[in-house]
Amino acid sequence: MDEIPQTAGAAHDEREQILDRAMARHHNSGDALIEILHTAQQLYGYLPAPLLKKIARRLMLPPSRVLGVATFYHLFRLEPLRKHSAVVCLGTACYEAGGTELLEGLRQHPGSGDWSVASGRCVGSCGLAPIVICDGRAMARVTADKLEARLREDHDRGSTGTDAGH
Amino acid sequence: MSVRTLEVDGRTITALEGQTVFSAAWDSGIRIPRLCHLGGLSEAGACRLCLVEIEGQKKLQPACLTKVAEDMVVNTATPALLAHRRLIVELLLAERNHVCAVCVLNGACELQDLAAQLGVDHVRLRPQYPSLPVDLSHERFGLDHNRCILCTRCVRVCDEVEGAHTWDVAGRGRNSRIISDLGEPWGDSGSCTSCGKCVQVCPTGALFSKGRTVAEMRKDRGFLRYIMTAREKKLWIS
Repeated sequence: MDEIPQTAGAAHDEREQILDRAMARHHNSGDALIEILHTAQQLYGYLPAPLLKKIARRLMLPPSRVLGVATFYHLFRLEPLRKHSAVVCLGTACYEAGGTELLEGLRQHPGSGDWSVASGRCVGSCGLAPIVICDGRAMARVTADKLEARLREDHDRGSTGTDAGH
Repeated sequence: MSVRTLEVDGRTITALEGQTVFSAAWDSGIRIPRLCHLGGLSEAGACRLCLVEIEGQKKLQPACLTKVAEDMVVNTATPALLAHRRLIVELLLAERNHVCAVCVLNGACELQDLAAQLGVDHVRLRPQYPSLPVDLSHERFGLDHNRCILCTRCVRVCDEVEGAHTWDVAGRGRNSRIISDLGEPWGDSGSCTSCGKCVQVCPTGALFSKGRTVAEMRKDRGFLRYIMTAREKKLWIS
């Protein structure tokens, strides 16, 4: 069975203790599940299965319910964030302008291994539809070609050794 | 406990205070359709098939979650409600891959029976044909996500009657799936006691016993009543 991730090179990992304290503060009550999942994700960046198991055990909840809650909310991640992030807007205007095709294209793209791809709802600039937010910066009137260029740009930069991430 | 009098489909019926419209109607022989309700389990309000009209209320109410009230006037089978029910069944049929001809439960399926009863002889919606897995990792049972209608009977019977809470629902919307424990294959689940209650309460062929081929699976619909009366009243009625 996998272990809860440890900080590489650190003498000891404080994150488990912080999480334990957070659960104790809530009297290890199952009602605090969402709160605890938030804390865990803040600490680890995502929610690996062994961590969910530990939380379930401590809060005395069935593991299936813990996973059910963690998968119900889009905010919880079960996989670590990758180097880059892309959020494709699927609000009405962006959806109409082809947001779903962009999202699908991005997911299928062979060069998207470094990218955490997600969808969002309306970023509030419908005049620029379709919008994709790459590493926190909005790209306007995105086409498949534009996305392709952006992915290649980061790939090239990555290969020359400069840190393209954040 | 005090008695309430209400009118259902033009008939005056009596019910106990706190009883649901659904169970009061069934006690009086008015069979409101359902797929998620099962006597002995808590109510989920998941299938929306028991929606009824209550006079004085604009919105339709699920009969299984609505408590009776004095002088309540309920209609369970108006043309509008029947049209809604047909559409709900069509939506269920279009959502996953309900192919009766190759289903273990063909001929004894609650969804199939209901579709026949409501006159659903074709589906007007575009089928989604999702590509869903079949979990055959358990020694004795199988789970075919293609037949699942997410009624959550299995989740509730496992939690409330068996006490294991192996099952739950993960994801949301069209990506919702029944999961065991932390999403591992059923056969690897540490909490499953292999009691088979979930298999018996499942209204469709989603949960089945292995070794059954097309139309060979039959479910024991009476076992839950037996267990629940035994547990609550110490009466073993067989």
